[in-house]
Amino acid sequence: MGYQLNFGWLPQYLPVLIDGIGVTIYLMAVGAVLGCLLGTVCAWTRALGPNWARPVVVAYVELIRNTPFMIQLFFIFFGLPSLGVQMSELEAATLAMIVNLGAYSCEIIRAGIQATPRGQFEAGASLAMTPFETFYHVVLIPALQRIWPALSSQIVIVMLGSAVVSQIAAQDLSYAANFIQSRNFRAFETYIVSTLIYLVLSILLRQVLAGIGWALFPKRKAAR
Amino acid sequence: MIEFTLWDILRNLLLATRWTILLSLVSFVGGGIVGLVVMFMRISANKAVATAARAYIELFQGTPLLMQLFLAFFGLALLGMTVPAWLAAGLALILWTASFLAEIWRGCVEAIAKGQWEASASLGMGRIQQLRYVILPQALRIAIPPTVGFSVQVVKGTALTSIIGFVELTKAGTAVTNATFQPFTVYGLVALIYFALCWPLSRTSQVLERKLNVAHHNH
Amino acid sequence: MSLITITEVKKRFGDNEVLKGINLDVDKGEVIAIIGKSGSGKSTLLRCVNGLETINDGSISVAGAQLLPGEAALKALRLKIGMIFQSFNLFPHLSAGRNVMLSQMVVKKTPKPQAEEMARRMLDRVGLLHKFDAYPDELSGGQQQRVAIARALAMEPLGLLCDEITSALDPELVNEVLAVVKELASEGMTLLMVTHEMRFARDVCDRVVFMHEGRVHEIGAPDTVFSNPQTPELKQFLGML
Repeated sequence: MGYQLNFGWLPQYLPVLIDGIGVTIYLMAVGAVLGCLLGTVCAWTRALGPNWARPVVVAYVELIRNTPFMIQLFFIFFGLPSLGVQMSELEAATLAMIVNLGAYSCEIIRAGIQATPRGQFEAGASLAMTPFETFYHVVLIPALQRIWPALSSQIVIVMLGSAVVSQIAAQDLSYAANFIQSRNFRAFETYIVSTLIYLVLSILLRQVLAGIGWALFPKRKAAR
Repeated sequence: MIEFTLWDILRNLLLATRWTILLSLVSFVGGGIVGLVVMFMRISANKAVATAARAYIELFQGTPLLMQLFLAFFGLALLGMTVPAWLAAGLALILWTASFLAEIWRGCVEAIAKGQWEASASLGMGRIQQLRYVILPQALRIAIPPTVGFSVQVVKGTALTSIIGFVELTKAGTAVTNATFQPFTVYGLVALIYFALCWPLSRTSQVLERKLNVAHHNH
Repeated sequence: MSLITITEVKKRFGDNEVLKGINLDVDKGEVIAIIGKSGSGKSTLLRCVNGLETINDGSISVAGAQLLPGEAALKALRLKIGMIFQSFNLFPHLSAGRNVMLSQMVVKKTPKPQAEEMARRMLDRVGLLHKFDAYPDELSGGQQQRVAIARALAMEPLGLLCDEITSALDPELVNEVLAVVKELASEGMTLLMVTHEMRFARDVCDRVVFMHEGRVHEIGAPDTVFSNPQTPELKQFLGML
């Protein structure tokens, strides 16, 4: 025993940490926005899209949800180049985030759409809205509002999962931590600091998402 | 240089899958036991105890599993142990699993109607008796689908233990890739093996959930 | 000698004082109906007597058992007085018989054979012996409520609190439950009931309590209260204004 925790290295490596935080936030932001967009498109396809496309979406969603994110990442970064698709570490990491969240958000949004009463579709149609307009105004927005808490938690989970992108040398916060501990030989302290930063990020992210929820769905009564 | 057939690759991966399965089981069972304790603390009438459980859940759900693995690995080393990878992996996964199961189960306990607490109280039962004879038997029924569903996350979570050197399916995948230079095939197969492990669990969870809903509507 | 003694009981939910000093003594064998508008505090009063709500001031005792915080004191109180709820609150995972047996076995440590015998007797008393093995979701609302009564009776309480026990029932099921209550009353069971069944209150009760804004506004024999209300509030409540 008698080990003394030492955080004296922190000021020197602060810039490295900040760069890592920047990349993690970038991955999260791009992954969340494009991932949810992809999920929405997939959910639409599953609910109302052409018949041939539905099993494709189902296969995609099931495959992603039942395999580890890290394997998806490795497959994209190490596997796809053999098909001639070359990507930088950051591009591969971003793509993996989008593909991963796309599948989860598809499933969450679909559940929200399924909870839309049948009559809503018919009401939209009877008002001479096009299928797309009906989908957007009558189905999607109330569905999103309904599933916003579930979607928010999933975005936080995906953000925390992004820590493994350091394994393909994308230079996010966990990469910064690995880098620092290899220099300062204070692995435990380094990971404590980076873990706490992740904790703060996840708390902030939840706040931001709650705020977005407030802004997107102002004063609507909870559609149940 | 040795030629690897597809069968060679698959055999190596399947052999390593044993350790993925074993670690998943240990993490799930251990996490279940710890999670039960945390859940009881979380619903305790004692504020301090409940807050401690809440902090535990917040901490483990609010930080990456990868960081928890590193902390377990390097933290145990600080206690002066030489840490085998399986120990750090098992410890971190158990604690992580516990935080999620505790929260899932708390939700199930809180989903039981308030009238059940009141009726059992009015019959003179104490809190422990209420939980044991009235609340938990009902909560257990609705807890099964999400619990089975979460087991999928545990199986997938074990993949991260490869990073601290535990040799399971993912680690084997990396090793085989380095030997064969066929990342597309190897990681594709690894993904399929994970899928074969996880998909039945996902399906079971969905089917159970649907059954429960049907039973519920029949009331 | 009164069985239930309620003295200067006050109860607040936040800033809202729902009970503003209630005094009420219920004698052994007495049947009392509490009537009043919703929000007058009548259900809260009943829940306080069973210790489901804490009180901010005053005291409640049932046959010498005081309402005090702490599991032991609450248990002592609740062993003396049972409660029937508007929403029945049967345990859905147990058969009717098991519902009646459970608390005898875990609270009173009655051996199983005796508990089962008591359960059969009590179910018989409410006319549902043939439903011993049925689960709550296989019973009608009226049957569920009768099982709930049997469940409370099996603890051999000195009195029963009935909180709007027919309000959640379809109209055609109300009478079967009221018949059971009437039977209990005639056997000398002490009953304190919140009810909207005015005819029943008039026919069966010894005294009627009219609660208004957290106080006992009027109290008296049913004939007096219903035929000769003293206050405009009670007149209005009875539809006489």
